[in-house]
Amino acid sequence: MLAIYRREIGAFFTSGVAYVFLAVFWLVSGIFFYNGVITSGFADTSSLFSSMFYVVMFLIPVLTMKLLSEEKKNKTDQGLLTAPISLWDIVLGKYFAALTLFVIAESIIFVYAFVINYLGDVVWPTLIGNYFATLFLGAAFIAVGLFISSLTENQMASAVVSLVVIFVIYLSEMLVSNFENGNIFKKVIFRIVSSIAFYSRYIEFTKGVFSLPGVVFFISTASCSTSSP
Amino acid sequence: MIEVRNLTKKYGDKLAVNNISFKVEKGEILGFLGPNGAGKSTTMNMLTGYISSTSGDVLIDGVDILEDPKKAKANIGYLPEIPPLYVDMTVEAYLGFVYDMKKCKLPRKAHLKDVCNLCRIEDVRGRLIKNLSKGYRQRVGLAQALINNPPVLILDEPTVGLDPNQIIEIRTLIKKLGKRHTVILSSHILPEIQAVCDRIIIINKGTVAADGTADEIAKNITNKHKMTLRIEGPTHTADDKRLITEKIRVMDGVKYVRADMEREKGIYDYDVETDGKTDVRRALNKLCADNGWNILMLQLSDLTLEDIFLKITMDEGLDKSDDKDGKSKSKSKPKIEIKTTASGKLKAVQEDDEEEDSIIGGDEDEETSEAGTEENNGGEE
Repeated sequence: MLAIYRREIGAFFTSGVAYVFLAVFWLVSGIFFYNGVITSGFADTSSLFSSMFYVVMFLIPVLTMKLLSEEKKNKTDQGLLTAPISLWDIVLGKYFAALTLFVIAESIIFVYAFVINYLGDVVWPTLIGNYFATLFLGAAFIAVGLFISSLTENQMASAVVSLVVIFVIYLSEMLVSNFENGNIFKKVIFRIVSSIAFYSRYIEFTKGVFSLPGVVFFISTASCSTSSP
Repeated sequence: MIEVRNLTKKYGDKLAVNNISFKVEKGEILGFLGPNGAGKSTTMNMLTGYISSTSGDVLIDGVDILEDPKKAKANIGYLPEIPPLYVDMTVEAYLGFVYDMKKCKLPRKAHLKDVCNLCRIEDVRGRLIKNLSKGYRQRVGLAQALINNPPVLILDEPTVGLDPNQIIEIRTLIKKLGKRHTVILSSHILPEIQAVCDRIIIINKGTVAADGTADEIAKNITNKHKMTLRIEGPTHTADDKRLITEKIRVMDGVKYVRADMEREKGIYDYDVETDGKTDVRRALNKLCADNGWNILMLQLSDLTLEDIFLKITMDEGLDKSDDKDGKSKSKSKPKIEIKTTASGKLKAVQEDDEEEDSIIGGDEDEETSEAGTEENNGGEE
């Protein structure tokens, strides 16, 4: 697993994906930080984080699109699958490589905290809660992206489908939001959809509520998706 | 070392590999021979655990590849048809990655150096794989398979894309490796298999068509002996040719005679097949002496691997070709020959033996021989 992990991290940087990902992530989150915190004059970071949801949503497919599809296309998967390692080693190596890059990107938050520290008081519970919320969100999205990457040989298809799937999961909650007070059938749909939706759980975290079911939800989503390929 | 039992692979309805069984002993170099699409790569992919089989077992050193894949795969070095190279890495980094992935316990630096020396990629170690030529990539692929010194090496068309020098180098290398490893290699290049392998398995349409050394296969496939004669007749015309083939044909022990192309003006080569029991050489000599013909050449030619290969892959199996005797043989070897037409132009002709007028092999149909006469007459003018 370590060998795959190291190679994948290396590949992120040699292919340039890492630089693009980090630059865009930091730029966009920087804009949100400037608008949401600096200009508004509040030391509260929750508005920053609710905007971050979109950054994560759009950027994760870039990170995961080539993870498995490129191997298939170049037939390098033959080397991996005939080596004395298990499927888990391959998938987890790749998963953690993507996750590592995401954590590096996300940790820019502590730079923002440093900046806020000069301007006022940092609200640490909200910040830490949000940090983990985004982390779990990213972990779940990466797993979904990795799974979709395993289905195709085409990187573009992988990226687009990942984005669409993540977007649909996000939208699903809004689609059924007025089902909550409908008949039993609608209520059931609402229950099901909201139990697999990401957004409201994420928002829960951004408010500084560190809910255990939320953690379990994101971790299990991640492990379900990674075990499928 | 390797045991394959009733291996079958189906893709939907299509049967890619059908009930293949064989065993490879330790230290043996086995050649897989077969036309494109015969199921060579599919079989190799199943041997290495890349794809699963529909039914049947693969045992590597007694370990079932599907039951304990890690342990079985640790014994295999595999070079697939397309080497699994990460083109954005340097050779050094890539081999290091493979070393880590295979959890190799041998001393890192020394082992990698050994492997690089063996495959002669020492001088490109620092270069990116995407900048390497096909031949070097192939060798890096081979190096990758050799890491961790696996007792079994499976090489899928290892010499594809190499220049003649490199081909010889790789063959020598494989022979050398065969002393310490059990090697299975596939190829559709016949001389390669003949030069390198101890034993040959010919695969055709997903089944084992023949198994054994080149000699054994040749023996199984035919007990006839072939010889080539070059005889000079008195008149130097096509009449000679007809007369000579007639006379040889009625000799004791001769099963089949065919006049081949004109070698010199009015001098023809004759392919003669005997029943394998009678030695007809002396009788032939006497026949020629009695008729005033000159034997310019007499050469015994056993079936080459190429003959065997064509015979098996085009006749669809051993049994049939034996039954059909000389007639099937005539179908097995279409030849392209340059012929001079009546108008004096050169023409490439695909010559089937059946179209030759001079075939005197049992029951030839009349119509085809007529068409052949025209062609052959053209050849003489």
